[in-house]
Amino acid sequence: MKLTKKLLLGGALATLLSSPFAVSTVSAADQIYLAGLVYRTGPYAPNGTPFANGFKDYVELINQRDGGVNGVPVVYEECETGYNTKVGVECYEKIKGNNPAIIVPNSTGITYQLIPKVVQDKIPLVTMGYGRTSGAVGSVFPWYFNFPTTYWSQATAIIRYIGAQEGGMDKLKGKKIAHVYHNSAYGKEANPTLEVLAEKFGYDLTLLAVDHPGQEQKATWLQIRKKRPDWVFMSGWGIMNSTAIKEAAAIGFPMDHFIGNWWSGSENDVLPAGDLADGYKSATFHASGAETPLHKDIKKHVYDKGLGAGDADRIYEVLYIRGLLNHIFALEAVRRAQDHFGVKVPSGEQTRHALENMHMTAADWNRIGLPGFPEIKVTCDDHEGGHPVLIQEWDASAKTWSVISDWIPVMKDVVRPMMEADAAKYAAENNITPRDCG
Amino acid sequence: MIYRETGQFKPTYRSDSAVFPIPQDRWVVVAFVILLTIVPSFFASEYLLQAILVPILIYSIAAIGLNLLTGYCGQLSLGTGGFMAVGAVACYKFSTALPELNILIVLLLSGLVTAGVGLIFGVPSLRIKGFYLAVATLAAQFFLNWLFNKVAWFQNYTPSGTLTMPPREFFGVLVTGAAAQPHHRYLFCLGVVVILALAATNIVRGPVGRAWMAIRDMDIAAELIGFRPFQTKLLAFSVSSFYVGVAGALALALWLGSVETAEAFDINQSFQVLFMIIIGGLGSMLGSFIGAAFIVVTPIVLTNLMVYGFGLEAVTAKHFEFIFFGGLIIFFLIVEPHGIARLWQIAKEKLRLWPFPH
Repeated sequence: MKLTKKLLLGGALATLLSSPFAVSTVSAADQIYLAGLVYRTGPYAPNGTPFANGFKDYVELINQRDGGVNGVPVVYEECETGYNTKVGVECYEKIKGNNPAIIVPNSTGITYQLIPKVVQDKIPLVTMGYGRTSGAVGSVFPWYFNFPTTYWSQATAIIRYIGAQEGGMDKLKGKKIAHVYHNSAYGKEANPTLEVLAEKFGYDLTLLAVDHPGQEQKATWLQIRKKRPDWVFMSGWGIMNSTAIKEAAAIGFPMDHFIGNWWSGSENDVLPAGDLADGYKSATFHASGAETPLHKDIKKHVYDKGLGAGDADRIYEVLYIRGLLNHIFALEAVRRAQDHFGVKVPSGEQTRHALENMHMTAADWNRIGLPGFPEIKVTCDDHEGGHPVLIQEWDASAKTWSVISDWIPVMKDVVRPMMEADAAKYAAENNITPRDCG
Repeated sequence: MIYRETGQFKPTYRSDSAVFPIPQDRWVVVAFVILLTIVPSFFASEYLLQAILVPILIYSIAAIGLNLLTGYCGQLSLGTGGFMAVGAVACYKFSTALPELNILIVLLLSGLVTAGVGLIFGVPSLRIKGFYLAVATLAAQFFLNWLFNKVAWFQNYTPSGTLTMPPREFFGVLVTGAAAQPHHRYLFCLGVVVILALAATNIVRGPVGRAWMAIRDMDIAAELIGFRPFQTKLLAFSVSSFYVGVAGALALALWLGSVETAEAFDINQSFQVLFMIIIGGLGSMLGSFIGAAFIVVTPIVLTNLMVYGFGLEAVTAKHFEFIFFGGLIIFFLIVEPHGIARLWQIAKEKLRLWPFPH
């Protein structure tokens, strides 16, 4: 008995000693490797889970339906961050040796840490609609991509929308707009743009910070009740959003004058508020809720085979679609790199080249299965693309988001000089010589 | 047998009051430092250096700092995260404002700034004790993070408020910024840790440390026999904050590279460092290192073991990690309430008698 016990103990010890520091090793010879820094735990797990499911299901779809990208299978691995930047960095160090095609950090905080690192490791960093806005300046940030659009561009589209609702941009003069934001790198991003636009259009801007996680907002909404702004714009995340909607309803703020950014406009944000959320608006860069050819394929090739990561009826949700979009961009870049360089597994430099020359037309979107998505064009100097923005409205009885605006163009003339100024400052602080983009 | 002091005579006061009076201890420590200098820099992977060893070293400094205050002087503090944030912000401001400044001087200045801030927040310790003092230091935690988030000057007016450490050289070798070689960062960190740990050991075994321990053990008695509580406690606060500040600066400069102060140095950070010294051992230098290593390594080992060893899903592994990690902490505290360092002390006692226990 003693011997078996010792053997067992020895075996357990041997495993303990051998595997813990084993860096993830996936053979990369003829497979494309993708790793998702996802968060299915922690304070933001309700939002992170549909996102992560979208990541996983799209890779599964490509593998099941097409046998991979151009026939090269994709290996996908999750690393759980819990939305914690320190864990995120540990994850990155663990996976980077496997030659990941692209890194999707899935958090603004982790993005900031990875921006200098990916330059050294030569891995493209793609943050779809989050992260460092000035990273769009490709001459300073060659390895960083934040298309289809950024926080700053989004803010200009929202102001344009508010202007249209008021009956013209000149009518904005003297109007009061409040920005309720998550008191973090993410939430603050839109502030400088809103300030510049306030000067330009003459509206009165109030900035109201809400501390993480955002369950306590009584003081914020008391201030809104006092100031009586005409419009409230919100950059929230997680529990902060539903709390804000409830608080807004409590002070009787009209829901149709309350607009969230695209991270404040998912089902998770409005459902907890019930009927109170009816008429709440938010920005988005894609439609949701509809049965697209892509959804049909996902059902057929992934969920009907029992390979789905989540629930089959939740694949129409906003954040799930955003998860899909992330990997659509990633694998589309890989496909283009394969075609352009004639290789099976493109290197980081090759994928970067493909991202930088990404031009997704209506025909591409039809092929992918999301018809109606606008064109995206990335260039050497412009890693954002300046994609237009939609406004959607929540219908609490039908429990659906419906798009209520046309594609609203962003004010590139306003945000681009600001991005360039910020990028130039970054370049100066970090001894970077901007490359020539011609 | 192995660890016998018989026959080791100490003919001078000097040899009697050496840092490591027993030669075995001295050799082991020296050998260990040499081992740590040589082995990882040649054999460790980038992952091991960057994700495990460097964080352990940095947290060791923070744990030593808090141990000086809580373990040696008996003043409970929950402001560690806030003081680390001061160190990080000071490091960022000094290195961006004065690019020519040597990184070592930047670290020193960051520590001094933090010491000053710690001094201010240490003032309430004269009037309040125990849990009440913990609450007062909690105020430091929240106030400092609020301040750095609110005042854009601290972040050089970047739109997102994120501090990014510029690349800096240490006598021609790049140690900060993404381009720095991981083993250069590691060796630099190790150097700082060795210097600071030696300094701390010498502080606590000298008159200052004895004054702290007198205050810790019974402050009224200490006052009656002539220790001045005000100066003693404030000194503990500022020395402790110096260490914690250097740890914060190193966390920004050598480990994370880019930091959002309110997120990276939040209240959980304060608790984490406090758990390090409780699990490692209050009032023990060795305990600070063991505690830091335990808290940094255990979750990573558990996750990696479950994901790559047993093939669990990443999220399931994370949930199990929470359960096991919590369980391990409880287990260690039940088995050895004085921290893991105490286990080492018991082992030493046993080795002294081995193999004849009577």
